[in-house]
Amino acid sequence: MASSPLVDPHATQAHHRALAHQFDSLDQQKESSTLGMWLFLVTEIMFFGGLFTAYVIYRTLYPQAFALASHTLNVPLGGANTAILIGSSLTMVLAIWAAQVNWRKGIALFLLATIALGATFLGIKSVEYREKFETHHVPGPSFHFVPESEHVKVTDPQLERHASIFFSLYFIMTGLHALHMIIGIGILAVLTVLAWKGKYDSEYHNPLEMTGLYWHFVDIVWIFLFPLLYLLGAHAR
Amino acid sequence: MNTTAAAPPVTTTAETAFRRPNYLNAAYGVRSWLLTRDHKRIAILYLISVTTFFAIGSLFALLIRLELLTPEGDLFQPDTYNRLFTMHGVVMVFFFLIPAIPAVLGNFLVPLMIGAKDLAFPKLNLASWYVYNLGGIFTLWAIIHGGVDTGWTFYTPFSTHYSNTYVIATALGIFINGFSTIFTGLNFIVTIHRMRAPGLTWFRLPLFIWATYATSVIIVLGTPVIAITLLLVAVEKTFHLGIFDPALGGDPVLFQHMFWFYSHPAVYIMILPAMGVESELIAAFARKRIVGYKVVAFASIAIAVLGFLVWGHHMFVAGESIYAATIFSVLSMLVAIPSAVKVFNWTATLYQGSISFQTPMLYALGFIGLFTLGGLTGVMVATLGFDVHVHDTYFVVAHFHYIMVGGTIMGYLGGLHYWWPKISGKLYPAFLSKLAALLVFVGFNLTFFPQFILGYLGMPRRYWSYPPEFQVLNVLSTAGASILGVGYLLPLCYFIWSMRYGKDSGDNPWGAVGLEWDTTSPPPTENFYTTPVVTHGPYEYNREEVHNRMSQEVTLG
Repeated sequence: MASSPLVDPHATQAHHRALAHQFDSLDQQKESSTLGMWLFLVTEIMFFGGLFTAYVIYRTLYPQAFALASHTLNVPLGGANTAILIGSSLTMVLAIWAAQVNWRKGIALFLLATIALGATFLGIKSVEYREKFETHHVPGPSFHFVPESEHVKVTDPQLERHASIFFSLYFIMTGLHALHMIIGIGILAVLTVLAWKGKYDSEYHNPLEMTGLYWHFVDIVWIFLFPLLYLLGAHAR
Repeated sequence: MNTTAAAPPVTTTAETAFRRPNYLNAAYGVRSWLLTRDHKRIAILYLISVTTFFAIGSLFALLIRLELLTPEGDLFQPDTYNRLFTMHGVVMVFFFLIPAIPAVLGNFLVPLMIGAKDLAFPKLNLASWYVYNLGGIFTLWAIIHGGVDTGWTFYTPFSTHYSNTYVIATALGIFINGFSTIFTGLNFIVTIHRMRAPGLTWFRLPLFIWATYATSVIIVLGTPVIAITLLLVAVEKTFHLGIFDPALGGDPVLFQHMFWFYSHPAVYIMILPAMGVESELIAAFARKRIVGYKVVAFASIAIAVLGFLVWGHHMFVAGESIYAATIFSVLSMLVAIPSAVKVFNWTATLYQGSISFQTPMLYALGFIGLFTLGGLTGVMVATLGFDVHVHDTYFVVAHFHYIMVGGTIMGYLGGLHYWWPKISGKLYPAFLSKLAALLVFVGFNLTFFPQFILGYLGMPRRYWSYPPEFQVLNVLSTAGASILGVGYLLPLCYFIWSMRYGKDSGDNPWGAVGLEWDTTSPPPTENFYTTPVVTHGPYEYNREEVHNRMSQEVTLG
């Protein structure tokens, strides 16, 4: 129960432009949307969790094919993307900070920076995807896979087939992650316009915090994807 | 309470003589409905959609039963029959059983029962209805173009590599529909946590709210997994990947694990809300507090938790290791404990209660019997050795229909009859509704009890023809289904009739307690004229003011 029995919430906040009719106070509204956002993130964890489960099971079933396929991924680009994404989480937090100190133009500036970093991530990702098309590592009729080094002793009789499962999961997992980034950038674009118009201040900036939670979550998914897909078994290169 | 009263007692006060403002007459026109954010109107929208899909699913059931009237496959081609039972399952499970009670009764009642003005996210609530219909359109499109033949379980690699029917459209339809379920579940959890009226502590909540809460937890944790699973099926089929196809190195049993990780808990998404309705009905018509309120509340949570640990019992014959199978078998039997606790507590509540056999109570009593039979046969099929014997036979079909139809639909219909005066402000015909309840109970048992015997004798499910010695039992089953159909059509007719011609119900025709009955019927758009303050638990039928009100109503009735 958000409303204290001693203070009538209607007396102070009833006319706040952002207060929805079903809530008694801005506090209750904020607590509700925060809980709602966390629950949404729980559903996202379960959603990606299914993919991570599939990945771990196949990695265990076909260790050599997965390790060799993983070695073809571009670690420097993946590493750069990790840094860029963590940087975008920082600018996201700075946007919320700007709201807390009532620096209205600052909110829009930091949101723009977040969008720019997110777009850079997607740009680098598309370079990596292009590389995969050029090397015929995209599962499908023209898929072709041989170990990069000739000195590898292949013990998996169906290496190409199992490597194709690795790349299927790679494209599905990074593709769904990229889709989440695109949706996030769309939301950030709307928020930037609203922030530029001065809609958010220290009293009310709930949408920024909720979008921030979402953006950090997308960031964290990548922080799990990067080592699982790129780094695991890299020492055996 | 007079147990032989033919009609529910009516409170006719001067107040009900003129039309008070309520959520139904607050605004008129299609726009006021399609753009509404009022949880009560959205519940009505859901009622219409869900009823439509129930009718479609029932039509498929009717065609299946017609084909099975004779041993030969004479009415349909085997391919057509495969599509019929698939579409029956898909439509009934995903578009009726899962949303029915939460999206219709839950949407209407959750804010009313906790003294809130609306759900926490009204726009999300409206969006969920649109998303539900979008998913439904995908599925209908697939149906119109020829349907799917994989069974509602979409087992790979048949679904991804061999079936040339509309798997992708149907899978996407279910994928989209999953979001609407998630929106509803998420909305309920936040609302129950954050929007309760002053004084409404957790242990003063009605058991329907506890059940809805447990259901929502399953929805939020489980639905994303079926979403990703069906997405993988669609992707694998579109791009010819090998994630689940053994010919390409994939593992088809992984699909089964991921599918049942959601789809077994989904059974509890269907039955838990019905159990919540059951608690409300038993308390109201036995005029007693539910015996062991806290135990019943926690039993809902226990079922939600245990429900996530039993999915492997669907794979006893799919190459699961004997150790895993044994553990899943034991865990599955554990679910029987909280379920039985509920049944015992309902029957204990009936003991020495002032029972009145109003229509909703008939459904409630029917529920206890049918659910018990469904639950006990559930323990049977959870037993490893027995399950191997009856796996993929009509025994399993009968078992889950006792839970889903005998449990969920009885609960849904009982709830609709109980809260119809709250929803519409009208009364339906007492005799006709009791007749319908009786027809549903008799028709249901006649349809599905013979299937237990058929399955035990070895009749496999999903075949369009069968040996002639099974015909008698199949004819009984088809006859029962016809009676069941009439039992379902009657409420549809008299509910619609009552909206125009029914007598005004007054605010509280059952003399029931609960916050939802403390406001007018139908309620105003904002639910309560002033925010209620709660000072006591639910079901306090022994409190003096309640007692006085009830005795007054008996004289009126």
